[in-house]
Amino acid sequence: MSRISKTFSDLKNAGRKALVAYIVNGDPNREATLPTMHKMVAAGADIIELGVPFSDPMAEGPVIQKGHERALEHHVSLTDTMAVVAEFRKENKTTPVLLMGYANPVERMGYSVFAQKASAAGVDGLLTVDLPLEELEGLKQELASRDIDNIFLLAPTTSVERARQVAAQASGFLYYVSLKGVTGAGHLDVKAVQRKLQEFGALTDLPMCVGFGIKDAASAKAVAELADGVVIGSVLVDAMGKAQGQSPEQIAGAVGGIISDIRQALDSL
Amino acid sequence: MNDLTKSPVDYSAFPDERGHFGQFGGRFVSETLIYALDELQEIYSQLKDNDEFQAEFDKDLAHYVGRPSPLYHAERWSRELGGAQIYLKREDLNHTGAHKVNNTIGQALLAKMTGKSRVIAETGAGQHGVATATVAARLGLTCQVYMGAEDVRRQALNVYRMKLLGAEVIPVTSGSKTLKDAMNEALRDWSTNVDDTFYIIGTVAGPHPYPQLVRDFQSVIGREARAQCLEMTGKLPDALVACVGGGSNAIGLFHPFLSDESVAMYGVEAGGDGVETGRHAAPLNDGVPGVLHGNRTYLMEDENGQIIETHSVSAGLDYPGVGPEHAWLKDLGRVNYVPINDHEALAAFRKTTRTEGIMPALESSHALAYVEKLAPTMSPDQIIIVNLSGRGDKDILTVADIDGITV
Repeated sequence: MSRISKTFSDLKNAGRKALVAYIVNGDPNREATLPTMHKMVAAGADIIELGVPFSDPMAEGPVIQKGHERALEHHVSLTDTMAVVAEFRKENKTTPVLLMGYANPVERMGYSVFAQKASAAGVDGLLTVDLPLEELEGLKQELASRDIDNIFLLAPTTSVERARQVAAQASGFLYYVSLKGVTGAGHLDVKAVQRKLQEFGALTDLPMCVGFGIKDAASAKAVAELADGVVIGSVLVDAMGKAQGQSPEQIAGAVGGIISDIRQALDSL
Repeated sequence: MNDLTKSPVDYSAFPDERGHFGQFGGRFVSETLIYALDELQEIYSQLKDNDEFQAEFDKDLAHYVGRPSPLYHAERWSRELGGAQIYLKREDLNHTGAHKVNNTIGQALLAKMTGKSRVIAETGAGQHGVATATVAARLGLTCQVYMGAEDVRRQALNVYRMKLLGAEVIPVTSGSKTLKDAMNEALRDWSTNVDDTFYIIGTVAGPHPYPQLVRDFQSVIGREARAQCLEMTGKLPDALVACVGGGSNAIGLFHPFLSDESVAMYGVEAGGDGVETGRHAAPLNDGVPGVLHGNRTYLMEDENGQIIETHSVSAGLDYPGVGPEHAWLKDLGRVNYVPINDHEALAAFRKTTRTEGIMPALESSHALAYVEKLAPTMSPDQIIIVNLSGRGDKDILTVADIDGITV
């Protein structure tokens, strides 16, 4: 059983919801990421979603775009991102880490090399925003051969028929995008999310997490009632940007406080 | 492979149903947009062979755009170069001053069919933005145009043209603040407003079906040129030349000739300061295959797969990617892709203006500069058709600036 599947299974047995927390590797600087990852776990994150910086992050709202830009000022690459995961794994063997990013850095590295290096570093999953079902050829086999979970997005515009096809290819969990738009948008409609989760939940045994537009304890709690977990990102990246210039420990602390609040809200369910 | 087993490529059979030209093209977008692309593909596949739709498109091209555009024999220039006879396909004479309007007319008709009330576009030099604002004004559609903040500054005249036409120009301040960032922002807008918004992409790039439908709308250029050349000279041209940024004017000229094996084709990329300097916008000459803006194609990127900044005197060619069909035609060897530097393009701009009394866009000037090299290597009974894809009025301030003159 993959680290991701085991995490969901343990959470389910404990009657708890998963908290997936996203930051961008190298944002706001290289030194901040590793201490922040450890702090995220200590504050109650169950899964770390580590953003791979990209020059053209098409699905991101302004907050996370700036996170990518800050990381790229330090020329942080996919190779660097795997190195951070390897460092993290020296101390933490249990918390799943998935990489979230865009196709081109993975294409450039080559699918086979990517899968081999990611596996060696202790990466558990990959979410490639611009690599939908239709374009998986090649990568799918490489990930499977290294037991790296392939995380897919489902959207409000995804049909039931298509969601069924996506679920058949996915592993680890499914990531439901709660709104039409980019990360960090402000128009979350909890009722609409509920309807879609019911539809899609019936198609699969995979855990379902909801992200995009979850800003605080209240919105996390509202959405988590309907799902197996929530994903938070923009609110963390925003805090890291504001802490730019402070020490790595202070930056990690800024993120830790937000995660603890949301953890408490989830555990009160 | 010997001649008996070599079967000619059926160019009309591409892209395949998933939008692939060999390894290129495809649909690399976030999940939210898949539904909108499916919808567009469905509507387009119903309409592309529909007589009524085609008749309306042809009528607009004739009476609104002013087609057919002339094929003009540049006799004085041909004589000076002492080689092939040069014919200019005069897309500069279209309404709004460039080939871009052929495509926006077609996509606006599709927008009308889908019942969407709002159109968005990305633009670099502003020509596609102007062409989109124009058709939006005519159809009474709300129009917002994304434009890199750097390009807004460089192309102030076109920004004001769009505003006069009733469009809102939104400066994009992320990334490198140019065309690629404008396209990112347009894709983000489309993800957010996918229910009521039609995205009018300006070139033969982006996710399937855009490269196909933009090519089909622009192919009127090549169909006309082929018929005009046969009528005027009794034969097919020996060579075609067109500039390639995203590549819509080039594919429009080339596509109807692809199966004519005797016709050589040259796509001219922006060499900027010179391909050897790295400061250019020539991914087919100095790029690698990768994924950006919804398709796999040749890209300008660094060793980590980050897209890098491009350089060209011509804002319309200043793009790090290229349409996937061009990437495929390069690998097949059907089209030769060559670079022309900024200073060569500027020299051709001046030469054509003085020799023929035609002021070309700086984009088109790249193609004309290559003709200066190609024509003398050919004989006077041979024919080159070059796509004069746009007029140079928009570039007068840029050229004056280079001359150190304040207009």
